[in-house]
Amino acid sequence: MIPVQFDYVRATSLNDALKTLAGGDGTKVIAGGHSLIPLLRFRLAQPAKLLDIAGIKELSGISEYKRGLRIGAATTYRDILDSALVRDRYQVMMDATSGIGDVQVRNRGTIGGGVAHADPAADMPGVLLALGASFNLRSKRGKRVVAARDFFQGTFATALAEDELLIDMVVPPLPRGGASAYVSIEQAASGYALAGAAVVVKCSRKTVTECSLALTGLSDRAFLAEAAAKLLVGTKADPDTLQRVGAAAVEGIEITGDIHAPAEYRRHLAAVVVGRAIRAAIDRV
Amino acid sequence: MKRSVSLSINGRAHSVDVEPRALLVQVLRDDLYLTGTHIGCDTSQCGACTVLLDGRATKSCTTLAVQAEGHEITTIEGLAQGGELHPMQNAFWEKHGLQCGFCTPGMILSCIDLLESNPDPSEAEIRHAIEGNLCRCTGYQNIVSAVQAAAVAMRGAPVRTTA
Amino acid sequence: MSTLFGSSIKRREDPRLITGKGTFVDDVSLAGMVYAGILRSPYAHAKIKKIDATAARGLSGVLAVYTGADLTDALIPVPCAWNLPNADLKLPPHPHLAVEKVRYVGDGVAMVIAESRAIVRDALDLIDVDYEPLKAVVNPEAALKPGAPVLHADVAGNQAFKWVVAGGDADGAFAKAEVKVALTIKQNRLLPTAMEPRAAVASYNAGTGQLTLWATSQNPHIHRFLCSVMLKLPEHRVRIISPDVGGGFGSKIPAYADEALVAFASMKLGRPVKWTEDRSENYKATIHGRDHVQYVELCGTKAGQITGIRTTVYAGLGAYASTAGPGVPTILHGLMYSGAYTIPNIHGTIYGAYTTTTPVDAYRGAGRPEATYLIERLVDTFARELGADPVEVRRKNFIPQDKFPYTVATGITYDSGNYEGTLDKALGMLDYKGFRAEQAKALKQGRFLGVGVCTYTEICGLGPSQVAGAIGFGGGLYDSAIVRVYPTGMVRVYIGTKPHGQGEETTFAQIVADEFGYPVESVEIVSGDTDNTPQGWGTYGSRTTAVGGTAVKIAAQRVKEKAKKLAAHLLEANERDLEWKDGKFMVRGSPDKAKGFAELALMANVAWNMPAGLEPGLEATAFFDPSNFVYPFGAHLCTVEVDAETGQVKILRYIAVDDCGNVINPMIVDGQVHGGVIQGIGEALQEIAIYDDDGQLLTGTMMDYAVPKASQMPHLELARTVTPSPVNPMGVKGVGETGTIAAAATVVNAVCDALAPLGIRHIDKPLTPATVWAAIQRAKGGAA
Repeated sequence: MIPVQFDYVRATSLNDALKTLAGGDGTKVIAGGHSLIPLLRFRLAQPAKLLDIAGIKELSGISEYKRGLRIGAATTYRDILDSALVRDRYQVMMDATSGIGDVQVRNRGTIGGGVAHADPAADMPGVLLALGASFNLRSKRGKRVVAARDFFQGTFATALAEDELLIDMVVPPLPRGGASAYVSIEQAASGYALAGAAVVVKCSRKTVTECSLALTGLSDRAFLAEAAAKLLVGTKADPDTLQRVGAAAVEGIEITGDIHAPAEYRRHLAAVVVGRAIRAAIDRV
Repeated sequence: MKRSVSLSINGRAHSVDVEPRALLVQVLRDDLYLTGTHIGCDTSQCGACTVLLDGRATKSCTTLAVQAEGHEITTIEGLAQGGELHPMQNAFWEKHGLQCGFCTPGMILSCIDLLESNPDPSEAEIRHAIEGNLCRCTGYQNIVSAVQAAAVAMRGAPVRTTA
Repeated sequence: MSTLFGSSIKRREDPRLITGKGTFVDDVSLAGMVYAGILRSPYAHAKIKKIDATAARGLSGVLAVYTGADLTDALIPVPCAWNLPNADLKLPPHPHLAVEKVRYVGDGVAMVIAESRAIVRDALDLIDVDYEPLKAVVNPEAALKPGAPVLHADVAGNQAFKWVVAGGDADGAFAKAEVKVALTIKQNRLLPTAMEPRAAVASYNAGTGQLTLWATSQNPHIHRFLCSVMLKLPEHRVRIISPDVGGGFGSKIPAYADEALVAFASMKLGRPVKWTEDRSENYKATIHGRDHVQYVELCGTKAGQITGIRTTVYAGLGAYASTAGPGVPTILHGLMYSGAYTIPNIHGTIYGAYTTTTPVDAYRGAGRPEATYLIERLVDTFARELGADPVEVRRKNFIPQDKFPYTVATGITYDSGNYEGTLDKALGMLDYKGFRAEQAKALKQGRFLGVGVCTYTEICGLGPSQVAGAIGFGGGLYDSAIVRVYPTGMVRVYIGTKPHGQGEETTFAQIVADEFGYPVESVEIVSGDTDNTPQGWGTYGSRTTAVGGTAVKIAAQRVKEKAKKLAAHLLEANERDLEWKDGKFMVRGSPDKAKGFAELALMANVAWNMPAGLEPGLEATAFFDPSNFVYPFGAHLCTVEVDAETGQVKILRYIAVDDCGNVINPMIVDGQVHGGVIQGIGEALQEIAIYDDDGQLLTGTMMDYAVPKASQMPHLELARTVTPSPVNPMGVKGVGETGTIAAAATVVNAVCDALAPLGIRHIDKPLTPATVWAAIQRAKGGAA
C-alpha cells in the first residue's frame, strides 16, 4: 500500500517537463496517476522521481483539428465523455470511455496516461488504432509523430523513449457518412476487456465500402485487424461474413489465457465482439 | 524527504509535512484525523476512500497528497452544514442505504458527483455510476433508492458540492 | 398504543456513519502509538532455513523485529475453539509466527514494529528469509490421498477429522430405490471481503497489568477469552473494545495470530501498537469460506418421494484449524441434510483436510449454504430425472405445516414452518406458469430462459448452551443484557452481542422503548466493550435478535416489574390493581392515580421512599439461553436468460419470500435479505478464490476476485410470511444468512434449467461466462 520513497516535481511548463525528462534519471511521468499509482503501491514500480505534468495547460483539452480531433495527453476520460465533439463524431470513443474503470477513475485518469501505460487489456488503444490516430511525441531532442499502429509494442511497452513525452493524439475524421462502435466483454472484477473490438465503417446502400477494425484484451497488445476488415468490405455484413471476419481478426494472433478466460474462450469472444461491434456501427450509419 | 503541502479541505486551509509518496487518504486520516474517509482495498477498486476533488469523485488512495495541492477537497466530514445533513446523507438514512457504514462516506460522495452531472438518473445509470464503490452489506438496492430519493430532494434545491 | 415492534423506523446508528463520525479500529490513535506490519510467506509450503532481519532492525525508526523463535515461550499457540467430538479431531499447533515451516501463502513469518506505517513497510522489504520450498496441496480431496505432501508432522495423511451424520437406513433406501441421482459438486472457495479489513490497536499498561485491545471483532468476549489464553494474561486484565465494525460475514469471529501479536508487541515495548491489514493481505491472512468437494446422491420413488440422501464430503480447513473451522462443515452442515423435506434416510461422511491454503472458517451461512445447495441441486436433478416439475417435487416432500415441531432424520427438531406458504407466495409473484410458457416460446427462437427454485430452511439463533457443550463448541451460546435506567429516566442497554451493521442499536431500542412506553430516542444500546458489557457470545449464526434480543426483552421486563412494585408502593395501591397504560402504571379505574416510567426511574434511583425489601436503583440483567435453535425458511425464485454465444448469465427477476418469524423492523430485515442474496448471487456467478498447484493465490486482489458491483446485480423483489418461533417470547428467528443460503442454489438451478435443453445437467459455480460457455461447447460436442 505504501510506495518506495521518490522525489516529486511539478512541471511548470512543457519545456520544463522536457528538460526534467532529459535528465535521464529514471523519472516517471504522472498525470492522473491512475495507471502508475497502483503499481507504486505494490512497489512494482520504484521510480526515483515523479514528474507531474497535470498542470501543463497545453497537454489538456479536446479541440477540432483538420476536421478531426486533437486530444491532449493529460485530458481526463471525464472530459472526453463531456466533449460534444467526441459525442457527435466518435461514438467508438464514447462507447469505450464510458466503460473505462469507474467514475472516479474516469475523473482523474488521463487518456495519455492510459495509452503510455499500454495495458494489453485497456480499451482506448484499440479505439485509437481503429480511428487511425497518430501520436505527437516530444523530447529535448525534437518532435516526432508516431502512428498508433507503431506505438503499441507489447505488454506495457510503447514507442515512447525514456526522455519523451506524449503530447497529444490526433484523430482523423471518420469517413463521410461513416459510423463507429466499440464492444467489449469485461472481466468481472477489474473491468478490463477480456475481448474488445473497435470498428469504423462506411456503407453505401447497405454494403460496407470501408472498414477499420482493431481488437484489444486478447494478446500482448491491441492490434489492427486489416485483413479481416478487408473481408467485410463489399459485403452486407451478413452473419456468415461476420463470422468469417471475426475468425480472421485473430488469425495468427497468440491469444492470452488466464483464470478469467482461457485462450480458447477469448478467441471465441473476439469473434463475438467483432460481430457485435460491426453490427452496432452499421446500425448507426 | 518530507515537504510542506497546502491542502484546502472542506473549505479550510491545512499545511502538512508529507513525503511525496504519501497517499492523500493517509494524510487525511493519519495527519489530519479526518477518519471518515476509509481504506478498503489497495487496487483502486472499492471506492471507500472517495473524496471530492474540485467537486468530482476521486479515489484518495490513488492520489498522492502532493498532487492534491491547489485543489478543493471535500470529505464526508465537510458535507453537513450547520448541523444540517446534505440531502444525500439524509436519503441514505431515510432509505436504509447503509449497514456497517464503512463504504458509506465514499458511496455518498460518489452519488453526489453523479447527481451533479445527471440530476435525474435511471436505476441503470445509478448502478453504473457506483461501479467504483463496493458495498458488501446492502446489495446496493437501498443505495439505489437513496440516490433516487436524493435526486428528487436535490432537484428542489440548489446542488451543493463543496462546503 | 402503537408499538415500535414491527415498525420501520430509521436506524439510530446512521447519523454518525453518514457524517464520517463513526469509530472504526483504524481510526483509533493513541499518544505514543507505533505501527506493526507482518511479513507473510510467499510460499505455500516451505522450510524456513534462515531469517536475517539485521538490515530491517538497522533502519531508522524501527523499534523491533520479532520472529517465531521469539514467541514460542511467550505465547500459547492460536487455539481452535471447536473441539468436534466423535471425529478423531487432530489439532496441530498453530504458532503465531511460523517456526521451521510455513504452511500457506500469507502465513506470518516476522513482525516489524516501527514509528510510522511507511517505515514498517520499508523494513518488511529488508527482511531476508531463506526458504526451502516444499510441495503444496490445495484440494482437500487430494490432500487426503496417499503421497500427498504432509503439512503437520503429527497429522498423518492431513486428515483433521472424519465425522459422520446418520439417521434411518440410507444404504437400505438406496438399495431398494426406484430412482437414484448423483452429483459431484465443488463448493467454490470464497473470500469474505468485509469492506473494513481487520485491524487491531493494543495498549498495555505495565503498571496495572491491563491490556486494552481495540479489535475488529464480531464477538469481543470470545476474543477476550482467547487473547487471555494466548497472551497468558488473567482474563480480568484483558479488555477488548470492538467499536464500529465494517462488516464481518464470519471473518471477524476467529481469534487470529495477528491481534495477539500486536498485543505482545505492546507488552514488550510499552507503547501502543496499531496494525491494519491491506486488502491483498486480507485476502491471504483472513479466513476464507466454503471449499468443499462433495459427492452426493439422492434416491426416491418414481412418484417423486425422496427416500434417502448420501454424501461424502471433503472439506478444506486450510493450513490450520481456525476458531470454528471444524464445526462449520460438520455440525452446521451435515445436520441440515434433510432441508425442508421429510427425508427418512440420511448418511453423510465429512472429511476435514489440512491443505496449504489460508484457513477456512465461517463465512455467511457457514456450512448451511453448502448443505442447501447440494440438497436443492439434487432435488432439481431428481425432478429432471423423473420429468417432473421441480416445484411439484418439492411440494410433495415438504414437511407439512401441521407436523411442527418436527424432528428430522439427522436428529434436530425444527421449531416451526409453513413451507407451502412461502412457495405459493413466490410462485404467485412470478406467475410461474406464465414464465414456463414464455420459456418454451423463447427456446423455439433459440433463446435460453430458465427458472430456478430453492425452498430452504436453515438452523440459526445459535443456540442452547447445553447443545454447544455437546457438540464441542468451546463456549456458551446464551446471550445477555443489562438494562440500566438513569435517574432522569434515560436508558442504556449493555449487550453481550456485537452488532456490526445489522441494526440492533435500533431494533433492540425498539424492544426496550415498547416495554417502557418510551420514544426510541430515550434508549441507547451499548456493545463491544468487554469492560462494561455482560458476558455474551457475539454476532454470528443469525443469533443476535433471537438470543441477545430476547435477553434484552427479559431484562427490560424485569426492570418494569420492579418499577411496578415501586409504583404500587408510591400509589399506596395493591400491585394487582395496577395496569400499564399509555406509559404509566395506573390504579385500575382511577386514571388520576398514576406514575409514569420516568418518575418511577427517579424515585428508584434516589431511593427516598422504597418499599420494604426492594433495593434502590432501577436496572436488571438477563441471560437468555434458548431451548432450541430457530429455523427460518423460505422460497426463492429466479429467472435468467443465458447468452449461449458468450456464456453470460442475465438475471431477469429474483424473488425472495422469507419467513423469519415476527419482525421487529421490516426495513432492516429487508436490508439483511438484500445483502445476503447478493452475496449468494456473487457466489453463484462470479466469486471464487483460486489457487494454482503451487499454492499461489491467483485471486489475491480485488482486480481478480469479483466482489459484486451494483451494475452486475439485479433488483430484488421481496416478500414475507410470518410463522412465529415458539422458542423465544418474541417469536423471532434469524435473517442474517437466509439470503446467502438460498441464493446460490436458486441461481444455479435457474441456469441449469435454462441449459437443460442442451443436455446440460450440472455446472459448478461460479457460473462465469467462460465456465458456462465451456459447458455449452462440451454439450454441443455430445459430452455433457
